[in-house]
Amino acid sequence: MMKRSNAPIFWALFGAGGMLSALTGPALVFITGLAVPLGLMFAPEMMSYERTLGFAQHIAGKFFILAVIVLYLWHAAHRIYKSLHDVGIHPSPASRMACYGTAMAGSLLAVYGVLAVGF
Amino acid sequence: MSEQQRMIDIEVLRYRPEEDAEPFFQTYTVPFTDDMSVLQGLQYIKDELDSTLSYRWSCRMAICGSCGMMINGKPELSCHTFLRHFYPGGLRVEPLNHFPIERDLVVRVDDFIGKLESIKPYIIAKEVRRLEQGEYLQTPAERDRYEQFSSCINCMLCYAACPQYGLDNKFMGPGVLALLHRYNADSRDGGQAQRMELVNAEEGVWNCTAVGYCSEVCPKGVDPANAVNINKINSAKDYFINLVRPREGGK
Amino acid sequence: MSDMQHDARRPYVRPMTGWWRKNPYFVCYMLREGTALVVAAYAMVLLTGLLCLATSEAAFNGWLAVLRHPFSIALHLLALAAMVYHTWSWFDIMPKTMPPVYAGGKRVPRHVITRAGIVTAIVVTLLILLLTWSLT
Repeated sequence: MMKRSNAPIFWALFGAGGMLSALTGPALVFITGLAVPLGLMFAPEMMSYERTLGFAQHIAGKFFILAVIVLYLWHAAHRIYKSLHDVGIHPSPASRMACYGTAMAGSLLAVYGVLAVGF
Repeated sequence: MSEQQRMIDIEVLRYRPEEDAEPFFQTYTVPFTDDMSVLQGLQYIKDELDSTLSYRWSCRMAICGSCGMMINGKPELSCHTFLRHFYPGGLRVEPLNHFPIERDLVVRVDDFIGKLESIKPYIIAKEVRRLEQGEYLQTPAERDRYEQFSSCINCMLCYAACPQYGLDNKFMGPGVLALLHRYNADSRDGGQAQRMELVNAEEGVWNCTAVGYCSEVCPKGVDPANAVNINKINSAKDYFINLVRPREGGK
Repeated sequence: MSDMQHDARRPYVRPMTGWWRKNPYFVCYMLREGTALVVAAYAMVLLTGLLCLATSEAAFNGWLAVLRHPFSIALHLLALAAMVYHTWSWFDIMPKTMPPVYAGGKRVPRHVITRAGIVTAIVVTLLILLLTWSLT
């Protein structure tokens, strides 16, 4: 009798995060990491403390921030876990904890963050 | 007016378990014409140069699946690959990757055969029809759902292509999972539940990381990568449904 | 099978070391999988920003200052390239992961599905840029 794998949970998160990052990744990296800091296309004030706080306090902003951080982390965790096997680090409780544990920690911090900024 | 006979170097990985500690390369210079396959090159070597060379072959027309080997590092059917393609540089021929070498270009296929047998590769009829009821009927659309996966010739090129199988041979592998899907997707078959245990295991579809090379090398266009990954969706559905409503036997 | 025959068989197992370096297809696969490191890193950059935002104005301005540093700009340029490769490779493999799709009675070919995905990504990118620009 072969044991049923729990992979579907992580694979579903991997898929959701992969789709979200495929659709939004380039735009977000461009905006937050290049355009706004350099003042290209958007004024640096776009991401000022006041404006960003306003965005994060809005329920839609919270949802968006949470979705991006959490799903990106779980997508990456699953892919990295599988890739460790590809480079010779075989599946083990340690590698699972390192990958999925980090994603879980990051997700919890993100939940804390979107609540801590207030409403 | 005759053309000068062209020669090509074929470098072959040799291994005689009774005399060699390890495999080693041996180069043969073979005369060839444009219509000669790599298999014919090997046959020339065996017939004229070195009768000790061992390799599998049968139909020499890409349907029996016997002559799979690594040609310049790619899994190919030697009867389906032509010497002229490698002229003048020459070519390197090795046994199929990810299988233990038995002798020269012959690999041990026990693992693959065992896995094939394990998936119930036959129609488990949904509704058994008695002879007097006539044939099982199927629409073209129903046949389309599995036809491509029925083209598999068990050549194992996909196993040689699959790094996940190479890293862990407990993985069911592309070809076997494609065959499993061929039966699951057949409208005449009602055995899906019996095959799910194999699909749902880590060694079932979940070892696959969608490298996709298996489908690239398949000589019959089976697209095993597709079969495996469709079954990730089926397995995930089964998993979440089972969470909500566990099946009898509590699997 | 007699014992002598068992001894005569000595199957040789080849090691998997360096397997992915030996074939360009596998190199592309490893690069594709490698984009996960960038996705993770970027998520952590955003997470840091979020936590700074929740801490204080000074902390958040500190995060903004780091983003303006040339080193950060260079890394984000590389990250952008990696993200674009992720997008492309995601939709490239997507048809292989889907059951057959039919439209107008005929099976939709693989490259059409990929193209639809890439176009969707471009549209979403433009939407995000537009939405952000409309907030200025």
